[in-house]
Amino acid sequence: MDLNLTASFLTALTKVFAGPSVRWVDCQPDTCQRVYFANHTSHVDSMVIWSSLPPDVRKVTRPTAAKDYWSRGWFRRHLAKSLNALLIDRDKIKVHQSPVDMMIREIGDKYSLIVFPEGGRAHSDSGEIREFKSGIYYLNKKRPDLELVPVYMDNMNRILPRGEFLPVPLLSRVVFGAPIWLEEGETKNEFLARARQSVLRLRDI
Amino acid sequence: MTLLSQIFTLFAQSPSGHLLDGPTGVLLGVVIGCLLIATAAGQVLKRQPDSSVNPAIVQAFIHRVRAWWLMTAILAVTFLIPTPVATVILFGLISFWALREFITLTPTRLGDHRTLFWVFFVLTPAQYVLVGLGSAYYELFAILIPVYGFLFVSARIAIAGDYKRFLERVAKIQVGLYICVYALSYAPALLYLEKWTNSDYSTSAGLLFFFILIAQLSDLLQFVCGKFIGRNVIAPSINASRTWEGFFAGTGCTAIIGAALSLTGATPFNSWQSALMSIVIAVMGAAGTMTMSAIKRDRGVRDYGTLVEGHAGVLDRIDAICFAAPVFYHITRYYFTTLAG
Repeated sequence: MDLNLTASFLTALTKVFAGPSVRWVDCQPDTCQRVYFANHTSHVDSMVIWSSLPPDVRKVTRPTAAKDYWSRGWFRRHLAKSLNALLIDRDKIKVHQSPVDMMIREIGDKYSLIVFPEGGRAHSDSGEIREFKSGIYYLNKKRPDLELVPVYMDNMNRILPRGEFLPVPLLSRVVFGAPIWLEEGETKNEFLARARQSVLRLRDI
Repeated sequence: MTLLSQIFTLFAQSPSGHLLDGPTGVLLGVVIGCLLIATAAGQVLKRQPDSSVNPAIVQAFIHRVRAWWLMTAILAVTFLIPTPVATVILFGLISFWALREFITLTPTRLGDHRTLFWVFFVLTPAQYVLVGLGSAYYELFAILIPVYGFLFVSARIAIAGDYKRFLERVAKIQVGLYICVYALSYAPALLYLEKWTNSDYSTSAGLLFFFILIAQLSDLLQFVCGKFIGRNVIAPSINASRTWEGFFAGTGCTAIIGAALSLTGATPFNSWQSALMSIVIAVMGAAGTMTMSAIKRDRGVRDYGTLVEGHAGVLDRIDAICFAAPVFYHITRYYFTTLAG
């Protein structure tokens, strides 16, 4: 990605609206291949994580997004393209064309990903983190070399809650935690519970 | 004349002399001199290997001096631009920033979302546009938020349909809007005061500079005097460092400095008027500091800067200015200008 005006503009806008204060706990920004997985409460979540990364890391990090939503209309397509988003076709999920396979193919040996394992957005007011879906497990099983970095975001649901389309500027908090990997002999459910805990733990830091 | 063309003429105004001319320049020189001394003092204290002074206090002092440098630099730059509009925009941005901090701190509910959008993107800019339009719009600027804004906020929250803690939520948003936007907007409004009773006085830039300088000095002097001779803490559970002795001694020192500063001619006041005005600013500044401390205690944070890590709390710096600005403006307007019409 070269000089990208839309992306620079969006990054600046995110800083005005979400004023994120960024913390790295037992983890440092790095351009190695990673999967950032975070709690999901707002449309602007991807943007906030993406703009919280240092520029060189941002360059090799792609947010994942739903293709049916982000390819509708010129404006959304342009946004998705500027952020180098990895669009996932939710309608054409088949055995040999699972989203995980597609992600692995798209990131190659260069890109990192931003994913939200809860699936949809959690119910805004509660601030709870729902059970994780299994994609992140299969992703790490097929690519054990990827570092899985938990991310916790605070206050995002007040900035742009579900069902609203205009954001209100507030300060927010983004915490990056220590990377985790799939352990030897760990079952899917154990791993997903542990991954969810690793995000939850960052809430109280 | 339409509003739009009036805004245009404001920007196109031909420069009628810099706001930094003469007395204001002298005042700025004095401030820069003091800041140099303060910076040097901070560095000396920091280098001392084992001084009796708590290093945390030294660090806080150094941070504070850095904030003052920044304030001075920003004000000086905006004064260099020949129209007051630059200063109005600057204060508008500070209001926006302060309000963002305030609302982050106070819990709001989903039902407040649209109201907050109006508060940030309609009421706040409208207030500053009215200030920038000058004294002809004084009446509207003085009532927009406390009359129409407040009625609107309560009605808009009601329409959103969430009645839980309704009064509390309305009050929180109204207080935030009042302190961070309405009260603060009186500071740049000082630049638009004219028709002075003192015929020697011409430009208002010095007045704003004098006001901010006295507000910051009184805050500092009350704190320092409290450290040396403080015995009776005003309200221990709200602010442990504010004492009655510090308040009276600090206000007294501020009055003396204020009287001395009036000799630079940067204000329309003579010495004793200047001393009285300094007392008013010091008293209101102390009231502001105590009020903001109470809000912080209620929300369980030490200062607005610790609310979200890495953000220097802008509200901590402007609490005194917010409370003193409207009172200072009104007294100046009623007693030192000949009101038009």
